Amino acid sequence: MDTKETVLNVLQDLTGSDLSDDLDDNLFENGLLDSMGTVQLLLQLQSELGIEVPVSEFERSEWDTPNKIIANTEEMLK
Amino acid sequence: MLSFTPYENPMYFGILGLGLLPIVIGILCGKRFHWYETLISVFFLILTFGGPKLTQGFALIAYLIYEVLLVWCYTKYRKKNNNTGVFVSAVILAIIPLVIVKLTPAIQNGKQSIIGFLGISYLTFKAVQTIMESRDGVLKAFNPWFFLQFLVFFPTISSGPIDRYRRFKRDYDRVPKQGKYLQLLQKGLHNIFKGFIYKYMLAYVFGTMLLPKLEHQALMAHGLSWSLVGVMYVYSMYLFFDFAGYSLFAVGTSYFMGIETPMNFNSPFKSRNIKDFWNRWHMTLSFWFRDYIYMRLVFFFMKHKVFKSPKTTANVTYILNMTIMGFWHGVTWYYVTYGILHGAALVVNDWWLRYKKSHRGQIPHNKFTEVFATFITFNFVCFTFLLFSGFLNKMIMMK
Repeated sequence: MDTKETVLNVLQDLTGSDLSDDLDDNLFENGLLDSMGTVQLLLQLQSELGIEVPVSEFERSEWDTPNKIIANTEEMLK
Repeated sequence: MLSFTPYENPMYFGILGLGLLPIVIGILCGKRFHWYETLISVFFLILTFGGPKLTQGFALIAYLIYEVLLVWCYTKYRKKNNNTGVFVSAVILAIIPLVIVKLTPAIQNGKQSIIGFLGISYLTFKAVQTIMESRDGVLKAFNPWFFLQFLVFFPTISSGPIDRYRRFKRDYDRVPKQGKYLQLLQKGLHNIFKGFIYKYMLAYVFGTMLLPKLEHQALMAHGLSWSLVGVMYVYSMYLFFDFAGYSLFAVGTSYFMGIETPMNFNSPFKSRNIKDFWNRWHMTLSFWFRDYIYMRLVFFFMKHKVFKSPKTTANVTYILNMTIMGFWHGVTWYYVTYGILHGAALVVNDWWLRYKKSHRGQIPHNKFTEVFATFITFNFVCFTFLLFSGFLNKMIMMK
């Protein structure tokens, strides 16, 4: 499974919505993610992909769409 | 000797304008004179903390030396090691002065601590976040001299908005392009004039003209009265226009210096629910609590599986987060209750949003329900502000 798919699966578990067609939606503005969801996302990415994302790294405006989350995750896997 | 509370009178603004002039001309010519920025900061600090308030000035100097050394030592240590105990100790040491200042009046019948000064809590926020970001490894190049500049940045020293180390550094190291800077000047001027309307007209009408009369009537009525309801709304308006006005001055002044200090308010009374409210009211404080307390506590609880469900984790952390915010305002029953009430409201709000989501189609959602939600949120917030004002405490004490 590639990173994109993994991230989308994690997001689907968290938000209850399939986001593969809404890759540029702002997840905070449409209420799908909040601080709690964010932490769950970071922990889930950590357990599934082994990347450590400290809370400080999480700048909301840089993690607010599925595409940005996928890009950031891929960046950290390099 | 001259002494001012920041942004309190016309003369302050006059001196401010003159002091900023060289900076404005410099940036327009593509240059930043950091030595001059330091000089003017020191000058305004002397205006704020000198003369009759000299004890506060000494307290500030001692505090700055203490915090800069502490954070410097921690960042040095962090380069080689990363022990959780050392991190926790550093955070505790950073907040100790603030804890003493907040506890002293509660223990000594309202007497203020001698180590206190105007703005100590805002400086503490900056110190604590810097330690936390070093711990996380995102802040690698720590410079004590720059950190000091960040702490004492004079437009925001007394009551925020609370900026972030890395964000501030980006602006501080860069000279904005002329076109961009002209826009900043325009926005800055707009903010300052809006601040005049907020603080010197609206806050004056609510706080100075209306509030004392209503408070007097409410006290005479002994108990529930229409005047008390009036106090609730009028105080809420006063609180908003006074603080939002101050914040506009601080943000506007920062813009003149080419620093884009974040905004503190975004039409908070338009909020549709309490979570929305905390994204619009005293935003830099609320986001500070979100990023450095709420998210970190949730992270800790989830990682160590302290609670079974994520919902419980979120709820417990809401209450903890807002209670800590209550204590931060001051150690009195009404500040703490204010915090707990907002924590509880966030729990209820989450529950309601989940319920609404799972019963989609059964619960109506239209323009009317939106207005109704805004109305409820507004009234709840005003009620908590009445508590926050300490006026209920005064009424109880009079009995």
